[in-house]
Amino acid sequence: MKALYFAWVREKIGKSEEEISPPDSIATVGELIAWLSHRGEEYAQAFATGTVRVAIDRAHVKYDAAIGRAGEIAFFPPMTGG
Amino acid sequence: MACHISVRVQAESFDAGAEAACLAHGRTELGAIVTFTGLCRDEGGTLAALEIEHYPGMAEAEISRVTEDASGRWPLEAILVIHRFGEIKPGEPIVLVITASAHRAEAFEAAAFLMDYLKTRAPFWKKQHLVDETSAGWVEAKEQDDAAARRWKE
Repeated sequence: MKALYFAWVREKIGKSEEEISPPDSIATVGELIAWLSHRGEEYAQAFATGTVRVAIDRAHVKYDAAIGRAGEIAFFPPMTGG
Repeated sequence: MACHISVRVQAESFDAGAEAACLAHGRTELGAIVTFTGLCRDEGGTLAALEIEHYPGMAEAEISRVTEDASGRWPLEAILVIHRFGEIKPGEPIVLVITASAHRAEAFEAAAFLMDYLKTRAPFWKKQHLVDETSAGWVEAKEQDDAAARRWKE
């Protein structure tokens, strides 16, 4: 699936998007974040704040949401538009 | 008649008065138009510019979801939302919300609802560039914005 990173999440991880292939045992958004956090210090630091929001296929989801057959999963800070 | 909804996410500026006039043109059933424009403040002269990042595709989708929610809550005739991205200088407009209805109460309430929900749900992020160039920082989300959005939940 395609992972997208925005704002300071993008800056901390150092890229705006990448292809990721988590193992089948990763079922939820929370598990995916834990898996990503083990990929490197930059991921661990981005997610350690505990404030990162997630969208699957362009709709907001909570950490207990199932990843299912997501094509695009995005990670970003709380929104500050308007 | 169904509510006419229009959503635009763009880098270009906009003319709030012209947008309101265009929306109302020939619509003799309208009794009220509320126009809200959010502007870039200079923060006491310290801010040089805002840089607004967005999630293309989701920004439009999320704003559309919020406008559909509003049209289900209030009997509105039309909604227009424009949200800009990219570099925005103090004094320039950032966001426009226009609501039109037969009577004023629903137009006022729906415009406030739309802004409260846009601020907490639409995927936009503001970065501040300061005049003295010492730092640029991401604007932090405010608890008061979350509280403002929660008041519509009851």
